Amino acid sequence: MADPTGSTTSTAPTSHDDAPVILRAQNLTKHYPIKGGVLRRTVGHVRALEDVSFDLRAGETLGVVGESGCGKSTLGRMLMRLEEPTGGRLEFDGVDLYSLGRREMRRKRRDIQIVFQDPYTSLNPRKTVADLIGEPFDVHPDAVPRAGRRRRVQELMELVGLSPEHINRYPHQFSGGQRQRIGIARGIALNPKILVCDEPVSALDVSVQAQVINVMERLQRELGLAYVFIAHDLSVVRHIADRVAVMYLGRIVELGTEDEIYERPTHPYTRALLSAVPVPDPLARGTRQEIKLQGDVPSPANPPSGCRFHTRCWLARDVCSTDEPQLVERNDGRGEHRSACHFTEESVSGRTTP
Amino acid sequence: MTESTNSRPDSGADLRHPGELEAVAGGSAVAVAGADGDRVRSVTGDAWRELRRKPLFWVSAVIIVVFVVMAVAPGLFTSVDPREAVLSEASKTPDGQNIFGRDRQGYDIYSRCIYGARASILVGLLAVIGTVIIGTLLGLVAGYRGGLIDSVLGRVAEVFFALPLLLGAVIILYTIQGEDDGYFTIVLQVSLVLVVLGWPNIFRLLRSSVLQVKPNDYVQAARALGASPTRISFSHILPNAIGPVIVVSTINLGVYISSEAALSFLGIGLRPPTVSWGVMISQATDSMRSAPHTLLFPALFLSLAVLGFIMLGDAVRDALDPKSKSR
Amino acid sequence: MTTSMDSRADRPRPGETDRLLEVKDLHVEFHSREGVAHAINGVDLHLDRGETLAVLGESGSGKSVTAQAIMGILDMPPAVIPRGQILFQGRDLLTMKPRERRAVRGAEIAMIFQDALSSLNPVFPVGWQIAEMFRQHRGLNRSDAKAQAIRLMELVNIPAAKERVNAYPHQFSGGMRQRIMIAMAVALDPKVLIADEPTTALDVTVQAQVMDLLKELQAQFHMGLILITHDLGVVADIADRINVMYGGSIMESADVRDLYAHPGHPYTQGLLDSIPRLDMKGQELYAIKGLPPSLMRMPSGCPFHPRCAHAQDVCRSEFPPRVELGPRHESACHFAQEVVRG
Repeated sequence: MADPTGSTTSTAPTSHDDAPVILRAQNLTKHYPIKGGVLRRTVGHVRALEDVSFDLRAGETLGVVGESGCGKSTLGRMLMRLEEPTGGRLEFDGVDLYSLGRREMRRKRRDIQIVFQDPYTSLNPRKTVADLIGEPFDVHPDAVPRAGRRRRVQELMELVGLSPEHINRYPHQFSGGQRQRIGIARGIALNPKILVCDEPVSALDVSVQAQVINVMERLQRELGLAYVFIAHDLSVVRHIADRVAVMYLGRIVELGTEDEIYERPTHPYTRALLSAVPVPDPLARGTRQEIKLQGDVPSPANPPSGCRFHTRCWLARDVCSTDEPQLVERNDGRGEHRSACHFTEESVSGRTTP
Repeated sequence: MTESTNSRPDSGADLRHPGELEAVAGGSAVAVAGADGDRVRSVTGDAWRELRRKPLFWVSAVIIVVFVVMAVAPGLFTSVDPREAVLSEASKTPDGQNIFGRDRQGYDIYSRCIYGARASILVGLLAVIGTVIIGTLLGLVAGYRGGLIDSVLGRVAEVFFALPLLLGAVIILYTIQGEDDGYFTIVLQVSLVLVVLGWPNIFRLLRSSVLQVKPNDYVQAARALGASPTRISFSHILPNAIGPVIVVSTINLGVYISSEAALSFLGIGLRPPTVSWGVMISQATDSMRSAPHTLLFPALFLSLAVLGFIMLGDAVRDALDPKSKSR
Repeated sequence: MTTSMDSRADRPRPGETDRLLEVKDLHVEFHSREGVAHAINGVDLHLDRGETLAVLGESGSGKSVTAQAIMGILDMPPAVIPRGQILFQGRDLLTMKPRERRAVRGAEIAMIFQDALSSLNPVFPVGWQIAEMFRQHRGLNRSDAKAQAIRLMELVNIPAAKERVNAYPHQFSGGMRQRIMIAMAVALDPKVLIADEPTTALDVTVQAQVMDLLKELQAQFHMGLILITHDLGVVADIADRINVMYGGSIMESADVRDLYAHPGHPYTQGLLDSIPRLDMKGQELYAIKGLPPSLMRMPSGCPFHPRCAHAQDVCRSEFPPRVELGPRHESACHFAQEVVRG
């Protein structure tokens, strides 16, 4: 199961193409009802997630990027079944997780764990590090024999770069970066196969962020974990991800390898997103070709018809407001990868800008 | 990788942008938490250690112990019979013989204050314990589960909340009281009434505090681990939501003791020959101007007892919060 | 929106600049039960008309406290300013009478905050809030003030300004709310605009729009702009000069190109190296070891020495002097010369 590349620092990103698929999301959909009026009747739906499908292979990192309201956090919670789906299947080890009863789901939870964004709200302030990292063993008593738990907690602390002597401290005695390490230690305590990381470094300072990313990469190599890495920081995702899914208003608009997404983007939204990232190089000022999108992201309660991006897209034509483009393999100039745009040809050939 | 210690300025300087001062107040933990890696520590153990270091806790503990002993064994404090009326010395002001004086009926006030502790403290404690248990459990369920259960419980609580205490008490006590109920039966009945009419107060408080705690990621994290709702409720939500309840219920203790007095005054609470501070206070209010000492002393005992419990509540709440450690 | 490079033509030509703001040896402390936090320890900075100065730093570096001290919105107590001068056009703001200071605040020096939602009062329409600036400071009547509010909302590119002038803050998106904050900030033609992490709470595509707007307005009104940020990308895009802060002191000060090309302080170098880069894919990121210092227990000597690879004995005992590395390029490091040479 584990990724056999045990080497420490490899320059070329490891290919996971031959690794088995361990998680398969099929048409995941989540609508939140909007209640209104005196009778609290459902007056509409927030379409947080619509028809999202992808595969996750053992040991790989799938980056999920998008702006606020694109559904990436909902996706993370759906993968954990912290939300019940409106539709779709989530296959893990060949079983649809959404069809499992509570008891079986509880067992499966050992294999999929999550690290949250905010290191200040994701740890119970009234518990010591021993309790926090050890909680998985309380919930799943068969994971580690009671006598060995404390030792195991200290092992985990060491693994994420925390001093085991600090086992009796409370979260508030740690800095943001250290707390995120506690969160990661808890996430890997049960030896999961998949770790869902919901913006794990976005609340951290640049210098500390690099430390935490390094810990996560080391753990992946050592434990053969697969990551679903949800983030809005495109450069961090590029650094850590093997494949990247770009989301807009609840849908995946483009899905490909890190190289395909960043070097040969075909969807206009991906291109706009990439070009909007400020480059930490003053010499690039004025020379970069920036695509300036108009306005804000529309409300997911009332998404545009057809292609959801057409209201802000400079390539949009009539067909875009009527026909929903499918996420299928499309030519990117050198090869093919999946993109949901009617006009990838134009987008690619001319590399047009507004 | 080694990192130096550091902590958040939660109780530090109050800034517009708290994030700016991330590193304030750091370091002090180093000295305390040194090589303690082998001892198992828990929040309750730490709270107890923390409590023992607080003068506030010891002062309140002494006060409470004194009152509890008074309630259990009043004979230790006085040899005077609280039911011995010396009418000729009615309303006598304090002197060497009767250090608190005598009341209008000629009872010795000191002795009655001592003997009154039992009923007052029993009623107060029973009512507080009852409201806290019922209010907390229902509040936890309502806040955590939400939906229909929440709406139903909320409406029920509002009905009880809207009921005036005295009116409700009169109705309930008249229906359940018998002619020759014993001392403890009456104490129980009065406590029960206060619980029935008082739980919505705690319920609403805990429910809103649960709603604040619930969205925290650590609750989600526990769910993601597969923790059961019971575990999540009692291990994650309750400890973080109980603070306000502790404060309010210690204050309520005083309220309940005086409510008991009001009921006694109406003749449906504790009745003579049972002695309680409440009964004494309500009787003394008539003669407040002519003989203020008859009111002063029972009121003083009541205030001291309430103060003791309030201080205890404060100390316990602080000790249970690891962030407020006085390091 | 179009970013016109020509708008920069309005900028002053070199030599024509005049000094708006000068901060000299500023110290700020926070006194609390736990002790004294030394948030700022001797900051010097200056800002000229039409210039964009970036103050770059991580949390706890003192960058926001510096901005709040200049703006005069620190809560005192717990804050104390034991030493220092803040000269605005030659007059020391710290010794001014409160009434004079209030006249400067908002009208001469304006500020925008990170969180536009909590900076706007939710119970009043946004137009009313902008108009209030004119009624208070300029004594305009209701209808004139409202007309001004609409003009400003149009200036910051809020679509259908006339119709939305009576809308409430929650009816606007995050980007639009930040535009409204900017409109309020530039309402009275301030000479200095302080932007404290103005785009941190915004999405990337919206962030680009807001930064462009700031650039445009700065050029149009010829303001001095102080940009407080932790984002090395934003800084590279907009700043003329950068002050890098760490542990309450300015570690390095340089023109933007100089700083990125020849960082003269180990901390600046570390920051630049921590950014994930293309050619480093699959390799460990460079990470500055350790954690920022506690303001309660500042390390002796150079505040960065516990995390610095170059640290020697002198770094542990003496606060480093400012070393001149070139025109307008200074670094507070004992070994600045060695560091800049690599």
